[in-house]
Amino acid sequence: MKTLAARGISKRFDGVRALEAVDFEVSAGELVAVVGENGAGKSTCMKILAGVLRPDAGHLEVDGRSVVFRNVVDAGKAGIALIHQELELCDNLTVADNVLLGDEPRRFGFLDARLALERARLALASVGLDIDPRTPLQELSIGHRQRVEIAKALARNARVLILDEPTSSLSRGETEVLFATLERLRAGGTALVYISHRLSEVERLADRVVVLRDGRLAGSLARHELEGDRLLTMMLGAAPAAHARGLRRPPGAEPALEVRDVGTRLHARARVSLQVASGEVVGLAGLVGAGRTELLRAIFGIDEREGQVVVHGREVAPRDPRAMQRSGVAYLPEDRKHEGLLLTASLRENLSLAALPRWSRFGFLRSGAITRYATLACEELRIKNDAISRPVADLSGGNQQKVVLGKCLALEPSVLLLDEPTRGVDVGAKREIWERIRALARQGLAVLVVSSEFEELAALADRVVVLSRGAVAVELQHVQLDEATILDYAAR
Amino acid sequence: MQASSRLPLPAWIDKKVLGILLVFVLVGAFTALASDRFLTEGNLENLLRRSALFGVLSLGAAWVIVTGGIDLSIGSLVCLSACLLPWLVVEHGFAPPLAVGIVFAVALVIGLLHGVLVARLGLQPFLVTLCGLLLYRGLARVIVDDRTVGFGTGSSGLRSFATSSSDVLGFEVPTPFFILVTLAVLTAIVWRRTVFGRWLFALGRNETAARFSGVPTKRIIVASYVVCALLAALGGMLFVLDVNAAQPTDFGNFYELYAIAGAVLGGCALRGGEGSVLGLVIGAALMQVLRNTIRLVDALPNQAEYAILGVVILAGVLLDESVRRMTKARKRG
Repeated sequence: MKTLAARGISKRFDGVRALEAVDFEVSAGELVAVVGENGAGKSTCMKILAGVLRPDAGHLEVDGRSVVFRNVVDAGKAGIALIHQELELCDNLTVADNVLLGDEPRRFGFLDARLALERARLALASVGLDIDPRTPLQELSIGHRQRVEIAKALARNARVLILDEPTSSLSRGETEVLFATLERLRAGGTALVYISHRLSEVERLADRVVVLRDGRLAGSLARHELEGDRLLTMMLGAAPAAHARGLRRPPGAEPALEVRDVGTRLHARARVSLQVASGEVVGLAGLVGAGRTELLRAIFGIDEREGQVVVHGREVAPRDPRAMQRSGVAYLPEDRKHEGLLLTASLRENLSLAALPRWSRFGFLRSGAITRYATLACEELRIKNDAISRPVADLSGGNQQKVVLGKCLALEPSVLLLDEPTRGVDVGAKREIWERIRALARQGLAVLVVSSEFEELAALADRVVVLSRGAVAVELQHVQLDEATILDYAAR
Repeated sequence: MQASSRLPLPAWIDKKVLGILLVFVLVGAFTALASDRFLTEGNLENLLRRSALFGVLSLGAAWVIVTGGIDLSIGSLVCLSACLLPWLVVEHGFAPPLAVGIVFAVALVIGLLHGVLVARLGLQPFLVTLCGLLLYRGLARVIVDDRTVGFGTGSSGLRSFATSSSDVLGFEVPTPFFILVTLAVLTAIVWRRTVFGRWLFALGRNETAARFSGVPTKRIIVASYVVCALLAALGGMLFVLDVNAAQPTDFGNFYELYAIAGAVLGGCALRGGEGSVLGLVIGAALMQVLRNTIRLVDALPNQAEYAILGVVILAGVLLDESVRRMTKARKRG
């Protein structure tokens, strides 16, 4: 009998299919890995299993009986726990407080401190953590915290543990310890669901691998069937073919942007060097946590950085976005709602925000010039709008993204840093944005673009730099681009 | 600049201003009907003077509120400058222009301090200015040793900035009103017509997005606290010139709350990024009219002043919120 099973679950978001008729099951003492590309539906599937989301169709079964989870509490009562990629613990509490949070042993309404300590110690022992439960959580390493989170689930009698990318922020040593813990739990009869991008980990741990592609079940492979490229081929659909397009970086061009040994706080010891020439689009690929966004932010001067950034032959001081803008660099952040837009402000105001000094005289705004630019940008980027005085919150995701791009272009930059330029954008707008970026490169802009989508990298990049754990894993020319190779290097 | 520019109205009048104007007129009409002393020339002139003085404070508070911050030290800074000015002029014989300059310099330092602590060190504005609230009143009390200070019969030239008035179409308009109008117009120009103003509102709406767009957010925050402190000092000096005496233990008590309430009633959102100069000037005046109403209308007990103010402000905020929800619901439907 299966401990947890999903039968034909489907889920849509705003009419877009996220999952379609997916079956899934896991038994006690089994580790099932779930793999798939970004957007394949892994997270949605796991959130449904853990009661975070409710399926539009299909149902769940626990021990063969049909169940409905209204929320995570229901799922928790049924013994199912989701360990998030970003851990959900309280830094300010002790380890014991965290393990028992919301489920504290009580006596006459007061906390039973002695029993609490005992139970916490027991839970910690089951994940092989030999630490004093009274230690404040903030003193623990990420690896330890993760095991505390698992202990928290076990203290609640979890029989099914769902782990979402558990190794993404762990060191190699910590990863090994986690694996040993998982092996022990499996031997003890816990059912484990393991989501990961890292195929080597999956091949090593899993009893069975479930592959999702475009929201559907692409197949399922038992441990002995994992050989050669089978898993990768299943993930990507057809065996991946290299895109050929014949774009070449102009020979002998001077680099417009030069990054020399830049390091960020996320990966303290890793350093990145790369160059982007005028007229060239360079892609930055890598897994979540590889440090791509952090690298872009460090280059643009939002965060502190080690190393040098040279623009058109001149070094630019760190931690000074305005200096970067003055040397011709514009930056499009990853999260347009929080980092890119003033949602309640108008199109006109958003489009002009970065380049206001250009349209001013003695600090006073030249209103006509701003309106002219806003109108022109709407036309050029084909932003659908009835009035440039409307708030951007009213626009669709695709149009909002174009507004952020228009804001960058208002600076008339010679170097563009783009972080996921088409995230959450519909297909039509996506093509338009890609075309626009290619056109800008033809006009001579140097473009460095972070993307998690292979299709986007193939459509845009002349060259792709693959980051892994904060360092350059490989640099691929456009003719060498294929998804399997990128994934392979990214997961190292 | 405002979302309401969809209405066929000039950009500087928005729906919120119309709302507060309506309330202002209603309260005025009620008081005029309920008391025959309200519309007398003496009362109106006095009301205009008080409104102008508090308007200066609200204007300062609004600069900080627009950034998403708060300044609780306004009342204490009013007290400090109100005590410093007569202390310098009368007790130490400073020339009035020099004394005024010194008070402004003190305010400049205080504003810089607030701004740097908030913007550079990332401290909570509430906390920083709450400490200021305690600190500056304490300083004032130490400097004048808890004595009441004033100008007596002297300094009439300086005092005329607060006490004099000019004849406008047969009505005596007090000088502080002209000062307020000048400052309000200047503020409106900076807010609406300059790069600085656009940046100020952008950072109030989304500081991260503003910073990522190259807006020097920290400098702007510091500047806002400086403007607020300077206007509080100006207000404090005008208050003491008007009433001719300052007692450091209670002079300017609660004034920061009148200033903030006026700005909020006038449409400044405490989360930042919203505000209109016209609205906050009316809001500040509304606070003074309400106090006047409570004093003049016999049915309202004077002891209930704070209670009535509290209820009225809460009602205004609730009304504003329900209007916002209704517009939102209509947009979705």
